[in-house]
Amino acid sequence: MDKKTVNQLLKLQQKFAPAYFLAPALILFVTFVLWPIFQSIFISFHKWDGFGPTTFVGLKNYRMLFDDPRFLTSLLNNIYWLVFMMLAPVIGLVLALFLNQQIKGMRIIKSLFFFPFVINLVVVGLVFSWFYNPELGLLAEIFKMFGLKPIPILADENYATFGIIAAGLWPQIAYCMILYLTGLAGVNTQIVEAGRIDGAAGRQMLWHIILPQLRPATIVAMTVTVIGALRSFDLIATMTAGGPWGSSYVLAYHMYDEAIFNFKMGYGAALAVVLFLIMSVFIYFFLKRMIDTES
Amino acid sequence: MFPTAIQKRAIPVRALYVLGVLLILMIWLLPMIAIISTSIRPGSDISAGNYWGVPSRIAIRENYSEVFNPDRSPMLRYFINSTVMTLPAVFFAILFSSMAGFALAVYPFKGRVALYAMFIAGNFIPYQILMIPVRTMFVKFGLFDTIFGLVLFHTAFQSGFATFFLRNFIVELPFSLIESARVEGATEPRIFFSIIIPLLRPALASLGVLLFTFIWNDFFWALTLVQSDKARPITFGLSALKGQWLISYNLIAAGSIVAALPSVLVFFVLQKQFIQGLTFGGVKE
Repeated sequence: MDKKTVNQLLKLQQKFAPAYFLAPALILFVTFVLWPIFQSIFISFHKWDGFGPTTFVGLKNYRMLFDDPRFLTSLLNNIYWLVFMMLAPVIGLVLALFLNQQIKGMRIIKSLFFFPFVINLVVVGLVFSWFYNPELGLLAEIFKMFGLKPIPILADENYATFGIIAAGLWPQIAYCMILYLTGLAGVNTQIVEAGRIDGAAGRQMLWHIILPQLRPATIVAMTVTVIGALRSFDLIATMTAGGPWGSSYVLAYHMYDEAIFNFKMGYGAALAVVLFLIMSVFIYFFLKRMIDTES
Repeated sequence: MFPTAIQKRAIPVRALYVLGVLLILMIWLLPMIAIISTSIRPGSDISAGNYWGVPSRIAIRENYSEVFNPDRSPMLRYFINSTVMTLPAVFFAILFSSMAGFALAVYPFKGRVALYAMFIAGNFIPYQILMIPVRTMFVKFGLFDTIFGLVLFHTAFQSGFATFFLRNFIVELPFSLIESARVEGATEPRIFFSIIIPLLRPALASLGVLLFTFIWNDFFWALTLVQSDKARPITFGLSALKGQWLISYNLIAAGSIVAALPSVLVFFVLQKQFIQGLTFGGVKE
């Protein structure tokens, strides 16, 4: 080959480089993530049992939502999840402040605090169901120690959701703690020293000097907690399967139940779309922040 | 730096602090301690109601070999399934995402911000919006109830997060390296494989550890895309065995530890990479 053709070939492969480098990931992502979103939206306007023909029903699936008491329970429980999971960034910060010291063995102590985050939620769910077990659980032992009658947390419709949220907090607090510990390691020492000279200490120091510097950590901690709270599924499936009497349902679980066990694909898809829309609000703000910092 | 270093406090305060840390750690790990202590108890202790007292004897070998005995439980099968699913999915997600991340970081083509945004957003969507179409597609193309199908799906789904992660890492690399390689006549794939990939090594390690735990710990897709023992990963397997073992709490405990161990080990061995990845990527559930 003469030099000219070589140069042309080089130019050509450079021109098409973005296409062939992107292709594998993009094809997979579009096939299994992007396209299914549109399909779900399409299905949500239809009646379909998963096998037979689909019939267009317009907004009927969405209107049905308002007459479904389980949908309202799910929505309310999702709100509980959102509100109470917000304890994770708070407790995570407190824990990080408490552990932000240099004593012997602190590294291993921090990892022991953190490692619940890497345990899968099925195991976390099993461990907590057991902890709550009114006959043999550790919680029952503690109740008895104080002369109280043990409460069957997961079998009580008033407590079940909160029992599961507490289990969800365990790994989530660990995650937020590690974000804050990393944030604290990057706090500007000169500003802290200057604050000390000006007589700032304790809560004042935390509020006016430390927290503003931890802002990035706070944003990430809040974002992952919101997403995690709305995604809650594994713990509910493992600990109560939505019970007792459907009292611990959330949208994610309700959708799964309708589609897999009741073969109501259209209605299930409508539930998924509602959950998707709720999450889109948070996704939007997060994306905007990412793209803004980019440009 | 904040709060005030404990070394500047009086000795009794320091001692109190260390005690406090250990006490809170104990309470924090109580659920874990409970499960470990149950997994080493003989079944006779459980049926006699000795859940929290001193075990009558240590039954580690007995319980764990029961869990792993293929004639008595499919746990070993599940463990192998999870391994065969996780490792290739991690490998391909990393390979494809480093290519895509490279494309997004290096070439100024039209629509790349939109593509980048798409990969980030995909990471946050609820699984349920994908469930019905993906499941239907799997049934139609014979991917349902196969490990291959799970590998394919996890590779696809994780490439959102992974591309975002690696793109941000590649953007920070000195662009002059690529330019000078081009001047010397290197092709783009060659630049990618012999210049970019070696520089990415620390990022790939961090990402690999994260993806390993995400995929190993997945439960939802195992539940919806698998039906039989032949493809069932350990998370789903464990929740199925819970019914079979019923009140053999010592076995459930041992099984739980087996299911949790790979992620926990990977974390403790590659702790630095894991935490760097988590705080760099920062945006995963």
